[in-house]
Amino acid sequence: MENILEIKDLHVSFDTYGGEVQAVRGVNLELKKGETLAIVGESGSGKSVTSKTIMRLLPKPAARIKSGEIWFNGKDLTKLSEKEMQKIRGSEISMIFQDPMTSLNPTMSIGKQIMEGLRKHQKLGKQEALQRAIELLDLVGIPNPEARVKQYPHQFSGGMRQRVVIAIALACNPKVLIADEPTTALDVTIQAQILDLMKDLQNKMQTSIILITHDLGVVANMAQRVAVMYGGKIVETGTVDEIFYRPKHPYTWGLLSSMPRLHSKTDELLAIPGTPPDLSNPPKGCPFAPRCPHAMKVCVEYMPDYTTLSETQKTACWLLDERAPKVEPPEIIAVGGAGK
Amino acid sequence: MTETAEREKLIEVKNLKKYFKVGKKAILKAVDDVSFHIYRGETFGLVGESGCGKSTTGRTIIRLYEATDGEVLFEGKNVHAKMSRKELKEFNKKMQMIFQDPYASLNPRMTVKDIIAEGIDIHGLAKSKKERDEKVYELLETVGLNKEHANRFPHEFSGGQRQRIGIARALAVDPDFIIADEPISALDVSIQAQVVNLLQKLQKERGLTYLFIAHDLSMVKHISDRVGVMYLGNMVEVAESDELYDNPLHPYTEALLSAIPVPDPNYERSRERIILKGDVPSPVNPPSGCRFRTRCPLATDICAQVAPKLREAREGHWVACHLYDDEYKHAFNK
Repeated sequence: MENILEIKDLHVSFDTYGGEVQAVRGVNLELKKGETLAIVGESGSGKSVTSKTIMRLLPKPAARIKSGEIWFNGKDLTKLSEKEMQKIRGSEISMIFQDPMTSLNPTMSIGKQIMEGLRKHQKLGKQEALQRAIELLDLVGIPNPEARVKQYPHQFSGGMRQRVVIAIALACNPKVLIADEPTTALDVTIQAQILDLMKDLQNKMQTSIILITHDLGVVANMAQRVAVMYGGKIVETGTVDEIFYRPKHPYTWGLLSSMPRLHSKTDELLAIPGTPPDLSNPPKGCPFAPRCPHAMKVCVEYMPDYTTLSETQKTACWLLDERAPKVEPPEIIAVGGAGK
Repeated sequence: MTETAEREKLIEVKNLKKYFKVGKKAILKAVDDVSFHIYRGETFGLVGESGCGKSTTGRTIIRLYEATDGEVLFEGKNVHAKMSRKELKEFNKKMQMIFQDPYASLNPRMTVKDIIAEGIDIHGLAKSKKERDEKVYELLETVGLNKEHANRFPHEFSGGQRQRIGIARALAVDPDFIIADEPISALDVSIQAQVVNLLQKLQKERGLTYLFIAHDLSMVKHISDRVGVMYLGNMVEVAESDELYDNPLHPYTEALLSAIPVPDPNYERSRERIILKGDVPSPVNPPSGCRFRTRCPLATDICAQVAPKLREAREGHWVACHLYDDEYKHAFNK
């Protein structure tokens, strides 16, 4: 399948009083047409920074793109001027944020906020844009859209607001949709509604989605491919089946086995000891080495290269080197995968 | 389980009500006629969506809120009865709380040592400064920190470490019962497991009883012996955790369980999900009869007229739904 978005060796740093924080340290990713790619990782792993870099939404001047390229539609997004970027943002690439309570403007009616992008990007007239806004509200499952379009965000519940945010994001039929923790602030029954809606709309509109989340259940439900991030690097990528049933990186093992299972009883969760690395002083070798139960001398000194395990699966771990001892994944993964 | 009949009830909540006044006339019925009990040494999980009253229930049990009606019995004594200062102090020592947000629940101007020792000071549990320090160091070690951390301030710690400090503070007065209100929802997945394992270890060592309040059903299932499901101020189902997850009886519990995404792609592809329509109605103006009826796929006329009572449908498995009531069962034509 053809790549719609390609990130090549991206490095992003923040300048702070405490020195340079290297939030993203060499990320390579591609997004294929019509697929959902999930980026998973803990807070501070660099997943949100990566997505904000694509949208060029990083705070200036604190953050800077040190090196790397982001190719979209034959253009390198890192080289575009702010004006050129504005043409892409919201029309070809759009974003859904985590918190529907704060991502809408409380002083503007819902309709106006949806129409904003339509008027600007698609040059629609007022009436046309209003008509389209009502259609969009209907599309995202908001009952009585003719009346609701005139209302303000505070008159909507959390789930309804997230539907409005999705309507705004999809208003101009974007090719790429970045969803940064789109359901984290919602209750499970509402989360199920929103995930269902996103899948339904993706089928209708053929949008490619980058889904950023820490919830592996949501990943299993939504994604075709997964990238696992840790310490500003991608440590493992693969299809959902590869990541959930045949993971090779100890961090992926740790993530999967620290989640409790609904369908089986475990006495103790396998926690990952320690805390994520401080990226103002990033480790020389593998960022996971200090917390890794299988860490060797080489792990602390050198960052491992990616080992290609299949056409789709790549893992950066010294354990896959032929000289390394053979290590078995924890039982919970070895026995027929997660969740069963 | 047959032995449950003989087990000692540490906490008994009877017809608990907690109403809040909102605006001039409106009354928000956050907790409306909730009854349950917690056995000594067990973990009772309380789940539900935001606004269902689970936190209010916890806070009313520990007397952070005055109950509007009903009673909470702790070792047979009413928590909400008039108590002298001395009695209240004695009671406070037995019941402690761990809060959700480890960033907001620790005083930023106090050192970790003083935060943890506050309870020790109030209850006079240490005779000398040396004993106080030793107690703090011991507590820090119990929760997986060390004594070098004692003189630091909360901002120097990560979320997971702060939650450990919160746990050490709760343990300082050697309580029997701990209410943990969403203790892990602000933490990363790998850190959540650390904190949950710590809570379980402490329970084993000290014979603690927990009320574990959370919205993450898989974690609640993992840690709890019995689970109560709340919806809009009512308790809709109570059962042992395996029984509840294997055989949910209430349509809401069923929908809630089916809504959780499971980290297993094959299972996710094949599962049939019950997707509830709409949002939780406002607790200021809840639906008549059964409060779940507006979203319930099985609701009939009787649900709008009569509020279902919590009844024992199977041994140890309580549910509040007309589906399991002999009197109304026929209305569903099942």
